[in-house]
Amino acid sequence: MVKVTFVAHDGRRFPVEIEPGMTAREAALFNEVPGIDGDCGGQCACATCHVHVDPAWIDRVGRLADDSMEADLLQFAEGTTTESRLACQIKLDDRLDGLVLRVPEQQY
Amino acid sequence: MATRSMQSGPDREEPDRPIAEIPLAEIDVSRPSLFQSDKVGAFFERLRREDPVHYCSESAFGPYWSITRYNDIMAVDTNHKLFSSEAKLGGIAIQDMHNDATNLELEMFIAMDQPKHDAQRKAVTPAVAPSNLLLLEPVIRERAGAILDSLPVGEEIDWVKSVSVELTTMTLATLFDFPWDERAKLTRWSDVTTAIPGSGIVESNEQRREELIECAMYFKGLWDQRVDRSEGSDLITMMANSPATREMPFLEFLGNLLLLIVGGNDTTRNSISGGVIALNQNPDQYEKLRQHPSLIGSMVPEIIRWQTPLTHMRRTALADSEIGGKRIAKGDKVVMWYLSGNRDETVIERPEEFIIDRKNPRQHLSFGYGIHRCMGNRLAELQLRIIWEEIHKRFRLVEMVGEPERLLSNLVRGITRLPVKLHAH
Repeated sequence: MVKVTFVAHDGRRFPVEIEPGMTAREAALFNEVPGIDGDCGGQCACATCHVHVDPAWIDRVGRLADDSMEADLLQFAEGTTTESRLACQIKLDDRLDGLVLRVPEQQY
Repeated sequence: MATRSMQSGPDREEPDRPIAEIPLAEIDVSRPSLFQSDKVGAFFERLRREDPVHYCSESAFGPYWSITRYNDIMAVDTNHKLFSSEAKLGGIAIQDMHNDATNLELEMFIAMDQPKHDAQRKAVTPAVAPSNLLLLEPVIRERAGAILDSLPVGEEIDWVKSVSVELTTMTLATLFDFPWDERAKLTRWSDVTTAIPGSGIVESNEQRREELIECAMYFKGLWDQRVDRSEGSDLITMMANSPATREMPFLEFLGNLLLLIVGGNDTTRNSISGGVIALNQNPDQYEKLRQHPSLIGSMVPEIIRWQTPLTHMRRTALADSEIGGKRIAKGDKVVMWYLSGNRDETVIERPEEFIIDRKNPRQHLSFGYGIHRCMGNRLAELQLRIIWEEIHKRFRLVEMVGEPERLLSNLVRGITRLPVKLHAH
Protein backbone atom coordinates (compact mmCIF):
# COMPACT_ATOMS: atom_id res chain seq x y z
CA MET A 1 0.00 0.00 0.00
CA VAL A 2 1.08 3.58 -0.61
CA LYS A 3 0.55 6.15 2.14
CA VAL A 4 -0.58 9.65 1.12
CA THR A 5 -1.42 12.53 3.44
CA PHE A 6 -3.80 15.23 2.22
CA VAL A 7 -3.59 18.52 4.14
CA ALA A 8 -6.80 20.54 3.97
CA HIS A 9 -6.85 24.31 3.63
CA ASP A 10 -7.63 24.64 7.35
CA GLY A 11 -4.66 22.45 8.29
CA ARG A 12 -6.53 19.22 9.04
CA ARG A 13 -4.56 16.16 7.93
CA PHE A 14 -6.10 13.16 6.18
CA PRO A 15 -3.67 10.21 6.04
CA VAL A 16 -4.91 7.51 3.63
CA GLU A 17 -3.60 4.32 2.09
CA ILE A 18 -4.19 3.00 -1.39
CA GLU A 19 -2.92 0.31 -3.69
CA PRO A 20 -0.04 1.15 -6.00
CA GLY A 21 -1.19 2.03 -9.52
CA MET A 22 -4.10 4.17 -8.37
CA THR A 23 -4.01 7.96 -8.66
CA ALA A 24 -3.96 10.62 -5.96
CA ARG A 25 -7.46 11.64 -7.07
CA GLU A 26 -8.73 8.15 -6.37
CA ALA A 27 -6.86 8.07 -3.06
CA ALA A 28 -8.79 11.19 -2.03
CA LEU A 29 -12.22 10.25 -3.38
CA PHE A 30 -12.22 6.63 -2.23
CA ASN A 31 -11.34 7.80 1.29
CA GLU A 32 -13.75 10.75 1.31
CA VAL A 33 -11.06 13.37 1.72
CA PRO A 34 -12.88 16.72 1.42
CA GLY A 35 -11.92 19.34 -1.13
CA ILE A 36 -11.17 17.15 -4.16
CA ASP A 37 -14.11 17.27 -6.56
CA GLY A 38 -12.81 15.41 -9.61
CA ASP A 39 -15.86 16.21 -11.73
CA CYS A 40 -14.66 14.64 -14.99
CA GLY A 41 -14.01 11.19 -13.63
CA GLY A 42 -10.21 11.35 -13.70
CA GLN A 43 -9.69 12.05 -17.38
CA CYS A 44 -7.67 15.27 -17.09
CA ALA A 45 -10.57 17.28 -18.47
CA CYS A 46 -11.82 19.64 -15.76
CA ALA A 47 -9.13 20.72 -13.25
CA THR A 48 -11.29 20.14 -10.15
CA CYS A 49 -8.72 17.87 -8.45
CA HIS A 50 -6.09 20.58 -8.11
CA VAL A 51 -3.47 19.97 -5.40
CA HIS A 52 -0.26 21.63 -4.28
CA VAL A 53 2.47 19.04 -3.98
CA ASP A 54 4.55 19.50 -0.83
CA PRO A 55 7.83 21.12 -1.95
CA ALA A 56 9.81 18.21 -0.47
CA TRP A 57 8.02 15.86 -2.87
CA ILE A 58 7.68 17.90 -6.04
CA ASP A 59 10.82 16.61 -7.74
CA ARG A 60 9.82 13.00 -7.20
CA VAL A 61 6.24 13.66 -8.38
CA GLY A 62 7.46 15.81 -11.24
CA ARG A 63 6.44 19.32 -12.16
CA LEU A 64 3.71 20.26 -14.57
CA ALA A 65 4.84 19.62 -18.16
CA ASP A 66 4.62 22.58 -20.52
CA ASP A 67 2.18 22.20 -23.37
CA SER A 68 0.30 19.37 -21.67
CA MET A 69 -3.47 19.14 -21.29
CA GLU A 70 -2.90 19.35 -17.55
CA ALA A 71 -1.09 22.69 -17.94
CA ASP A 72 -3.74 23.95 -20.37
CA LEU A 73 -6.43 23.32 -17.77
CA LEU A 74 -4.56 24.46 -14.66
CA GLN A 75 -3.89 27.89 -16.11
CA PHE A 76 -7.54 28.76 -15.41
CA ALA A 77 -7.59 27.41 -11.84
CA GLU A 78 -7.46 29.70 -8.83
CA GLY A 79 -4.39 29.95 -6.62
CA THR A 80 -1.95 27.89 -8.67
CA THR A 81 1.73 27.72 -7.72
CA THR A 82 4.83 26.11 -9.21
CA GLU A 83 3.91 23.01 -7.18
CA SER A 84 0.38 22.74 -8.62
CA ARG A 85 -0.70 19.46 -10.21
CA LEU A 86 -3.93 17.64 -10.95
CA ALA A 87 -4.33 14.72 -8.57
CA CYS A 88 -5.72 12.53 -11.38
CA GLN A 89 -2.34 12.78 -13.11
CA ILE A 90 -0.31 11.65 -10.09
CA LYS A 91 0.03 7.89 -10.30
CA LEU A 92 1.01 6.40 -6.98
CA ASP A 93 3.77 3.85 -6.57
CA ASP A 94 6.25 2.82 -3.88
CA ARG A 95 8.52 5.74 -4.75
CA LEU A 96 5.75 8.08 -3.60
CA ASP A 97 5.03 6.29 -0.32
CA GLY A 98 4.59 9.06 2.29
CA LEU A 99 3.57 11.72 -0.24
CA VAL A 100 2.07 14.97 1.14
CA LEU A 101 -0.46 16.93 -0.95
CA ARG A 102 -2.12 20.19 0.03
CA VAL A 103 -5.74 20.79 -0.98
CA PRO A 104 -6.70 24.32 -2.05
CA GLU A 105 -9.60 26.15 -0.41
CA GLN A 106 -12.00 25.37 -3.26
CA GLN A 107 -11.94 23.62 -6.61
CA TYR A 108 -13.01 25.42 -9.71
CA MET B 1 -22.17 31.90 -29.04
CA ALA B 2 -22.28 34.61 -31.67
CA THR B 3 -25.45 36.08 -33.01
CA ARG B 4 -25.84 33.64 -35.85
CA SER B 5 -24.26 30.75 -34.06
CA MET B 6 -26.93 30.76 -31.38
CA GLN B 7 -29.81 30.83 -33.78
CA SER B 8 -31.71 28.02 -35.20
CA GLY B 9 -32.32 27.96 -38.90
CA PRO B 10 -35.33 27.13 -40.97
CA ASP B 11 -37.00 23.82 -40.34
CA ARG B 12 -38.06 21.17 -42.82
CA GLU B 13 -41.46 19.58 -42.64
CA GLU B 14 -41.16 16.07 -41.32
CA PRO B 15 -43.86 13.58 -42.25
CA ASP B 16 -45.25 11.86 -39.20
CA ARG B 17 -43.73 8.37 -39.18
CA PRO B 18 -42.33 6.14 -36.46
CA ILE B 19 -38.70 6.91 -35.67
CA ALA B 20 -37.69 3.26 -36.08
CA GLU B 21 -38.83 3.34 -39.72
CA ILE B 22 -36.77 6.34 -40.79
CA PRO B 23 -33.64 5.24 -42.69
CA LEU B 24 -30.56 6.17 -40.65
CA ALA B 25 -29.18 8.29 -43.47
CA GLU B 26 -32.27 10.48 -43.36
CA ILE B 27 -32.13 11.26 -39.66
CA ASP B 28 -31.47 14.94 -39.06
CA VAL B 29 -31.45 15.82 -35.36
CA SER B 30 -30.66 19.48 -36.02
CA ARG B 31 -34.27 20.43 -36.76
CA PRO B 32 -35.24 23.06 -34.16
CA SER B 33 -38.86 21.83 -34.03
CA LEU B 34 -37.64 18.52 -32.55
CA PHE B 35 -36.36 20.45 -29.55
CA GLN B 36 -39.42 22.65 -29.23
CA SER B 37 -41.67 19.59 -29.13
CA ASP B 38 -39.10 17.85 -26.86
CA LYS B 39 -39.16 14.81 -29.14
CA VAL B 40 -35.48 14.76 -30.06
CA GLY B 41 -34.60 12.32 -27.27
CA ALA B 42 -36.03 9.33 -29.14
CA PHE B 43 -33.85 10.16 -32.16
CA PHE B 44 -30.74 10.38 -30.00
CA GLU B 45 -31.65 7.11 -28.31
CA ARG B 46 -31.74 5.38 -31.70
CA LEU B 47 -28.47 6.96 -32.85
CA ARG B 48 -26.65 5.99 -29.66
CA ARG B 49 -27.76 2.40 -30.22
CA GLU B 50 -27.43 2.01 -33.99
CA ASP B 51 -25.06 4.66 -35.29
CA PRO B 52 -23.44 6.63 -32.46
CA VAL B 53 -21.19 8.67 -34.74
CA HIS B 54 -23.71 9.62 -37.38
CA TYR B 55 -23.29 11.55 -40.61
CA CYS B 56 -26.10 13.76 -41.85
CA SER B 57 -25.28 14.74 -45.42
CA GLU B 58 -28.00 17.29 -45.86
CA SER B 59 -29.51 19.72 -43.37
CA ALA B 60 -30.45 23.36 -43.06
CA PHE B 61 -26.99 23.79 -41.54
CA GLY B 62 -25.07 21.80 -44.13
CA PRO B 63 -23.55 18.36 -43.63
CA TYR B 64 -22.47 17.46 -40.10
CA TRP B 65 -21.41 14.62 -37.84
CA SER B 66 -23.44 13.87 -34.71
CA ILE B 67 -21.45 12.55 -31.75
CA THR B 68 -24.02 11.01 -29.43
CA ARG B 69 -22.19 8.87 -26.87
CA TYR B 70 -20.70 10.20 -23.63
CA ASN B 71 -17.17 8.88 -24.13
CA ASP B 72 -16.88 9.96 -27.77
CA ILE B 73 -18.05 13.45 -26.79
CA MET B 74 -15.44 13.55 -24.03
CA ALA B 75 -12.75 12.51 -26.53
CA VAL B 76 -13.64 15.32 -28.94
CA ASP B 77 -14.09 17.96 -26.25
CA THR B 78 -10.66 17.30 -24.74
CA ASN B 79 -8.84 17.26 -28.07
CA HIS B 80 -8.71 20.98 -28.79
CA LYS B 81 -5.61 20.64 -30.91
CA LEU B 82 -7.49 18.52 -33.44
CA PHE B 83 -11.02 19.89 -33.07
CA SER B 84 -11.13 23.65 -33.47
CA SER B 85 -13.54 26.21 -32.01
CA GLU B 86 -12.33 29.00 -34.31
CA ALA B 87 -15.09 31.34 -35.47
CA LYS B 88 -13.61 31.68 -38.95
CA LEU B 89 -13.95 27.92 -39.44
CA GLY B 90 -17.56 28.04 -38.28
CA GLY B 91 -17.24 28.39 -34.54
CA ILE B 92 -18.93 26.51 -31.74
CA ALA B 93 -22.50 25.81 -32.85
CA ILE B 94 -24.05 23.86 -35.69
CA GLN B 95 -25.07 27.15 -37.30
CA ASP B 96 -21.87 28.63 -38.73
CA MET B 97 -20.69 31.98 -37.44
CA HIS B 98 -19.69 34.72 -39.87
CA ASN B 99 -21.85 33.36 -42.66
CA ASP B 100 -24.29 36.17 -43.24
CA ALA B 101 -23.53 39.65 -44.52
CA THR B 102 -26.30 41.16 -42.39
CA ASN B 103 -24.63 39.94 -39.25
CA LEU B 104 -21.87 41.32 -37.09
CA GLU B 105 -18.66 39.31 -37.24
CA LEU B 106 -18.38 39.04 -33.51
CA GLU B 107 -15.34 37.54 -31.89
CA MET B 108 -15.38 35.84 -28.50
CA PHE B 109 -12.94 33.62 -26.70
CA ILE B 110 -15.23 30.59 -26.65
CA ALA B 111 -14.86 30.62 -30.45
CA MET B 112 -11.08 30.95 -30.46
CA ASP B 113 -8.25 28.44 -30.28
CA GLN B 114 -5.03 28.71 -28.29
CA PRO B 115 -3.19 30.91 -27.51
CA LYS B 116 -5.59 33.86 -27.83
CA HIS B 117 -8.40 31.95 -26.13
CA ASP B 118 -6.25 31.32 -23.07
CA ALA B 119 -5.19 34.94 -22.56
CA GLN B 120 -8.71 36.32 -22.85
CA ARG B 121 -10.32 33.66 -20.72
CA LYS B 122 -7.74 34.21 -18.00
CA ALA B 123 -8.59 37.90 -17.93
CA VAL B 124 -12.23 37.34 -16.93
CA THR B 125 -12.05 34.08 -14.97
CA PRO B 126 -11.41 35.75 -11.58
CA ALA B 127 -14.94 37.21 -11.64
CA VAL B 128 -16.41 33.74 -11.23
CA ALA B 129 -13.60 32.09 -9.26
CA PRO B 130 -14.43 30.56 -5.86
CA SER B 131 -13.09 33.47 -3.80
CA ASN B 132 -15.30 35.94 -5.66
CA LEU B 133 -18.31 33.63 -5.36
CA LEU B 134 -17.96 33.70 -1.58
CA LEU B 135 -18.51 37.46 -1.76
CA LEU B 136 -21.46 37.07 -4.13
CA GLU B 137 -23.32 34.43 -2.16
CA PRO B 138 -25.01 36.67 0.46
CA VAL B 139 -26.01 39.16 -2.23
CA ILE B 140 -27.58 36.48 -4.42
CA ARG B 141 -29.31 34.93 -1.40
CA GLU B 142 -30.85 38.20 -0.31
CA ARG B 143 -32.11 38.90 -3.82
CA ALA B 144 -33.45 35.39 -4.28
CA GLY B 145 -35.33 35.71 -1.00
CA ALA B 146 -36.82 39.04 -2.05
CA ILE B 147 -38.02 37.58 -5.35
CA LEU B 148 -39.69 34.62 -3.62
CA ASP B 149 -41.25 36.80 -0.91
CA SER B 150 -42.95 38.92 -3.58
CA LEU B 151 -44.80 35.96 -5.12
CA PRO B 152 -48.49 35.26 -4.43
CA VAL B 153 -49.36 31.90 -2.85
CA GLY B 154 -52.14 29.82 -4.42
CA GLU B 155 -52.43 31.82 -7.66
CA GLU B 156 -51.20 30.74 -11.08
CA ILE B 157 -47.97 32.51 -12.05
CA ASP B 158 -45.37 32.05 -14.78
CA TRP B 159 -42.27 30.69 -13.02
CA VAL B 160 -40.01 31.59 -15.96
CA LYS B 161 -40.89 35.26 -15.89
CA SER B 162 -41.35 35.66 -12.14
CA VAL B 163 -38.35 33.71 -10.86
CA SER B 164 -35.94 32.24 -13.43
CA VAL B 165 -35.50 35.42 -15.47
CA GLU B 166 -35.50 37.70 -12.43
CA LEU B 167 -32.84 35.83 -10.48
CA THR B 168 -30.41 35.33 -13.36
CA THR B 169 -30.79 38.93 -14.48
CA MET B 170 -30.06 40.19 -10.98
CA THR B 171 -26.98 37.99 -10.72
CA LEU B 172 -25.72 39.15 -14.07
CA ALA B 173 -26.26 42.80 -13.12
CA THR B 174 -24.24 42.11 -9.97
CA LEU B 175 -21.37 40.52 -11.92
CA PHE B 176 -21.19 43.46 -14.32
CA ASP B 177 -21.96 46.02 -11.59
CA PHE B 178 -24.62 47.12 -14.09
CA PRO B 179 -26.93 50.08 -13.36
CA TRP B 180 -29.60 48.37 -11.28
CA ASP B 181 -32.72 50.05 -12.63
CA GLU B 182 -31.74 49.24 -16.19
CA ARG B 183 -30.94 45.58 -15.66
CA ALA B 184 -33.84 44.42 -17.87
CA LYS B 185 -31.64 45.53 -20.78
CA LEU B 186 -29.34 42.59 -20.03
CA THR B 187 -32.17 40.09 -20.43
CA ARG B 188 -33.23 41.76 -23.65
CA TRP B 189 -29.71 41.65 -25.11
CA SER B 190 -29.33 38.03 -24.09
CA ASP B 191 -32.60 37.09 -25.79
CA VAL B 192 -31.78 39.13 -28.90
CA THR B 193 -28.42 37.41 -29.24
CA THR B 194 -29.98 33.98 -29.53
CA ALA B 195 -33.28 34.78 -31.26
CA ILE B 196 -34.48 33.67 -34.67
CA PRO B 197 -35.94 36.49 -36.81
CA GLY B 198 -39.71 36.25 -36.70
CA SER B 199 -39.73 34.28 -33.44
CA GLY B 200 -41.38 37.14 -31.62
CA ILE B 201 -38.15 38.52 -30.16
CA VAL B 202 -36.67 40.22 -33.24
CA GLU B 203 -38.25 40.71 -36.64
CA SER B 204 -35.09 40.77 -38.74
CA ASN B 205 -31.32 40.44 -38.67
CA GLU B 206 -31.12 44.21 -39.20
CA GLN B 207 -33.07 44.78 -36.01
CA ARG B 208 -30.74 42.45 -34.14
CA ARG B 209 -27.72 44.22 -35.48
CA GLU B 210 -29.04 47.59 -34.35
CA GLU B 211 -29.90 46.39 -30.86
CA LEU B 212 -26.55 44.71 -30.38
CA ILE B 213 -24.71 47.84 -31.44
CA GLU B 214 -26.80 49.72 -28.90
CA CYS B 215 -25.66 47.15 -26.33
CA ALA B 216 -22.04 47.71 -27.29
CA MET B 217 -22.37 51.48 -27.01
CA TYR B 218 -23.97 51.18 -23.60
CA PHE B 219 -21.14 49.00 -22.34
CA LYS B 220 -18.57 51.27 -23.95
CA GLY B 221 -19.95 54.02 -21.70
CA LEU B 222 -19.48 51.86 -18.59
CA TRP B 223 -16.02 50.81 -19.80
CA ASP B 224 -14.89 54.41 -20.21
CA GLN B 225 -15.98 55.17 -16.63
CA ARG B 226 -14.09 52.19 -15.26
CA VAL B 227 -10.91 52.07 -17.31
CA ASP B 228 -7.93 52.84 -15.07
CA ARG B 229 -10.11 52.33 -12.02
CA SER B 230 -7.91 50.37 -9.66
CA GLU B 231 -10.69 48.78 -7.60
CA GLY B 232 -13.59 46.63 -8.60
CA SER B 233 -14.02 42.93 -9.20
CA ASP B 234 -16.81 43.32 -11.76
CA LEU B 235 -16.33 41.93 -15.25
CA ILE B 236 -16.14 45.30 -17.00
CA THR B 237 -13.45 46.66 -14.70
CA MET B 238 -11.51 43.41 -15.13
CA MET B 239 -11.70 43.53 -18.91
CA ALA B 240 -10.88 47.24 -19.03
CA ASN B 241 -7.78 46.77 -16.92
CA SER B 242 -6.29 43.49 -18.11
CA PRO B 243 -3.51 43.68 -20.71
CA ALA B 244 -5.14 40.72 -22.52
CA THR B 245 -8.45 42.46 -23.04
CA ARG B 246 -8.06 46.23 -22.68
CA GLU B 247 -7.06 46.86 -26.29
CA MET B 248 -9.71 44.61 -27.79
CA PRO B 249 -11.13 45.61 -31.17
CA PHE B 250 -14.79 46.65 -31.11
CA LEU B 251 -16.30 43.38 -32.40
CA GLU B 252 -14.19 41.38 -30.00
CA PHE B 253 -15.31 43.60 -27.12
CA LEU B 254 -18.96 43.15 -28.08
CA GLY B 255 -18.54 39.43 -28.74
CA ASN B 256 -16.99 38.71 -25.36
CA LEU B 257 -19.64 40.78 -23.59
CA LEU B 258 -22.42 38.86 -25.29
CA LEU B 259 -20.66 35.61 -24.46
CA LEU B 260 -20.68 36.50 -20.76
CA ILE B 261 -24.28 37.77 -20.91
CA VAL B 262 -25.68 34.73 -22.70
CA GLY B 263 -23.42 32.31 -20.84
CA GLY B 264 -24.64 33.61 -17.50
CA ASN B 265 -28.25 34.11 -18.38
CA ASP B 266 -30.09 31.71 -20.67
CA THR B 267 -28.43 28.64 -19.29
CA THR B 268 -29.06 29.11 -15.58
CA ARG B 269 -32.51 30.52 -16.30
CA ASN B 270 -33.51 27.30 -18.01
CA SER B 271 -32.00 25.13 -15.30
CA ILE B 272 -34.02 27.01 -12.67
CA SER B 273 -37.17 26.29 -14.68
CA GLY B 274 -36.08 22.75 -15.56
CA GLY B 275 -35.68 21.82 -11.90
CA VAL B 276 -39.34 22.63 -11.22
CA ILE B 277 -40.42 20.44 -14.16
CA ALA B 278 -38.14 17.58 -13.08
CA LEU B 279 -39.43 17.57 -9.49
CA ASN B 280 -43.07 17.72 -10.62
CA GLN B 281 -42.57 14.83 -13.01
CA ASN B 282 -40.85 12.84 -10.25
CA PRO B 283 -42.96 13.39 -7.13
CA ASP B 284 -41.05 10.70 -5.22
CA GLN B 285 -37.91 12.79 -5.65
CA TYR B 286 -39.75 15.92 -4.54
CA GLU B 287 -40.86 14.06 -1.41
CA LYS B 288 -37.28 12.90 -0.80
CA LEU B 289 -36.13 16.51 -1.10
CA ARG B 290 -38.70 17.68 1.44
CA GLN B 291 -37.55 14.99 3.87
CA HIS B 292 -33.84 15.59 3.25
CA PRO B 293 -33.18 19.17 2.18
CA SER B 294 -29.44 18.55 2.55
CA LEU B 295 -29.74 16.71 -0.79
CA ILE B 296 -29.99 20.09 -2.56
CA GLY B 297 -26.20 19.91 -2.97
CA SER B 298 -26.39 16.77 -5.10
CA MET B 299 -29.71 17.70 -6.70
CA VAL B 300 -28.23 20.80 -8.30
CA PRO B 301 -25.79 19.01 -10.64
CA GLU B 302 -28.53 16.46 -11.38
CA ILE B 303 -30.82 19.31 -12.49
CA ILE B 304 -28.05 20.59 -14.75
CA ARG B 305 -27.54 17.12 -16.26
CA TRP B 306 -31.26 16.50 -16.66
CA GLN B 307 -31.93 19.89 -18.24
CA THR B 308 -28.71 20.15 -20.32
CA PRO B 309 -29.29 23.87 -21.01
CA LEU B 310 -27.06 23.86 -24.11
CA THR B 311 -27.92 20.89 -26.30
CA HIS B 312 -24.59 20.84 -28.12
CA MET B 313 -21.28 22.43 -28.95
CA ARG B 314 -19.67 22.12 -32.34
CA ARG B 315 -16.05 21.77 -33.50
CA THR B 316 -14.33 21.71 -36.88
CA ALA B 317 -11.78 18.97 -37.62
CA LEU B 318 -8.33 20.41 -38.37
CA ALA B 319 -7.06 17.12 -39.84
CA ASP B 320 -8.33 13.73 -40.92
CA SER B 321 -9.12 11.62 -37.90
CA GLU B 322 -11.30 8.84 -36.53
CA ILE B 323 -14.07 8.87 -33.94
CA GLY B 324 -15.81 5.67 -32.91
CA GLY B 325 -14.54 3.89 -36.00
CA LYS B 326 -15.77 6.55 -38.44
CA ARG B 327 -13.42 8.53 -40.64
CA ILE B 328 -13.74 12.27 -40.08
CA ALA B 329 -12.21 14.42 -42.81
CA LYS B 330 -10.33 17.66 -42.33
CA GLY B 331 -12.84 20.52 -42.37
CA ASP B 332 -15.82 18.41 -41.26
CA LYS B 333 -18.35 19.84 -38.85
CA VAL B 334 -18.49 17.76 -35.66
CA VAL B 335 -21.44 18.26 -33.32
CA MET B 336 -21.16 17.00 -29.74
CA TRP B 337 -24.72 16.45 -28.55
CA TYR B 338 -24.40 16.94 -24.80
CA LEU B 339 -28.13 16.29 -24.45
CA SER B 340 -27.58 12.80 -25.87
CA GLY B 341 -24.37 12.05 -23.95
CA ASN B 342 -26.15 12.97 -20.72
CA ARG B 343 -28.64 10.17 -21.47
CA ASP B 344 -26.00 7.56 -22.36
CA GLU B 345 -27.01 4.43 -20.49
CA THR B 346 -23.52 2.93 -20.80
CA VAL B 347 -22.05 5.68 -18.60
CA ILE B 348 -24.92 7.04 -16.52
CA GLU B 349 -27.09 4.65 -14.58
CA ARG B 350 -30.84 5.00 -15.31
CA PRO B 351 -30.13 8.16 -17.29
CA GLU B 352 -33.76 8.93 -18.15
CA GLU B 353 -34.59 9.22 -14.48
CA PHE B 354 -34.18 12.31 -12.34
CA ILE B 355 -32.49 11.11 -9.14
CA ILE B 356 -31.50 13.75 -6.61
CA ASP B 357 -29.02 11.58 -4.71
CA ARG B 358 -26.89 10.14 -7.50
CA LYS B 359 -23.46 8.90 -6.53
CA ASN B 360 -21.39 11.03 -8.93
CA PRO B 361 -23.83 13.78 -9.86
CA ARG B 362 -21.21 16.09 -11.35
CA GLN B 363 -20.20 13.52 -13.91
CA HIS B 364 -22.24 15.02 -16.75
CA LEU B 365 -21.49 16.84 -19.99
CA SER B 366 -23.59 19.99 -19.57
CA PHE B 367 -20.57 22.22 -18.88
CA GLY B 368 -18.41 20.60 -21.53
CA TYR B 369 -14.87 19.45 -20.75
CA GLY B 370 -11.38 20.60 -21.65
CA ILE B 371 -10.16 24.15 -22.11
CA HIS B 372 -13.59 25.48 -23.15
CA ARG B 373 -15.38 24.01 -20.13
CA CYS B 374 -17.97 26.43 -18.79
CA MET B 375 -16.13 29.00 -16.71
CA GLY B 376 -19.30 29.94 -14.80
CA ASN B 377 -20.10 26.41 -13.69
CA ARG B 378 -19.67 27.04 -9.96
CA LEU B 379 -21.71 30.25 -10.18
CA ALA B 380 -24.49 28.37 -11.95
CA GLU B 381 -24.48 25.75 -9.19
CA LEU B 382 -24.42 28.46 -6.54
CA GLN B 383 -27.50 30.19 -7.95
CA LEU B 384 -29.41 26.93 -8.18
CA ARG B 385 -28.42 25.88 -4.68
CA ILE B 386 -29.48 29.22 -3.20
CA ILE B 387 -32.83 29.35 -4.98
CA TRP B 388 -33.75 25.82 -3.86
CA GLU B 389 -32.63 26.50 -0.29
CA GLU B 390 -34.76 29.63 -0.21
CA ILE B 391 -37.73 27.88 -1.86
CA HIS B 392 -37.52 25.15 0.78
CA LYS B 393 -37.73 27.75 3.58
CA ARG B 394 -40.92 29.24 2.15
CA PHE B 395 -42.92 26.74 0.13
CA ARG B 396 -43.98 23.13 0.57
CA LEU B 397 -44.60 22.73 -3.14
CA VAL B 398 -44.05 24.57 -6.40
CA GLU B 399 -46.80 22.86 -8.33
CA MET B 400 -46.72 22.78 -12.11
CA VAL B 401 -50.30 23.49 -13.21
CA GLY B 402 -49.91 23.37 -17.00
CA GLU B 403 -47.58 22.14 -19.71
CA PRO B 404 -44.32 24.05 -20.14
CA GLU B 405 -43.71 25.89 -23.41
CA ARG B 406 -40.34 25.39 -25.07
CA LEU B 407 -38.05 27.50 -27.23
CA LEU B 408 -37.67 26.89 -30.97
CA SER B 409 -33.91 26.34 -30.95
CA ASN B 410 -31.51 23.48 -31.55
CA LEU B 411 -28.92 25.00 -29.20
CA VAL B 412 -30.56 26.62 -26.19
CA ARG B 413 -32.80 24.08 -24.45
CA GLY B 414 -35.14 26.79 -23.32
CA ILE B 415 -38.38 26.90 -21.38
CA THR B 416 -40.33 30.02 -22.28
CA ARG B 417 -43.34 29.57 -20.01
CA LEU B 418 -44.04 27.45 -16.97
CA PRO B 419 -47.36 27.90 -15.14
CA VAL B 420 -47.09 27.06 -11.44
CA LYS B 421 -48.96 27.52 -8.17
CA LEU B 422 -47.12 27.96 -4.88
CA HIS B 423 -48.17 26.12 -1.74
CA ALA B 424 -47.07 27.34 1.67
CA HIS B 425 -45.83 24.97 4.38
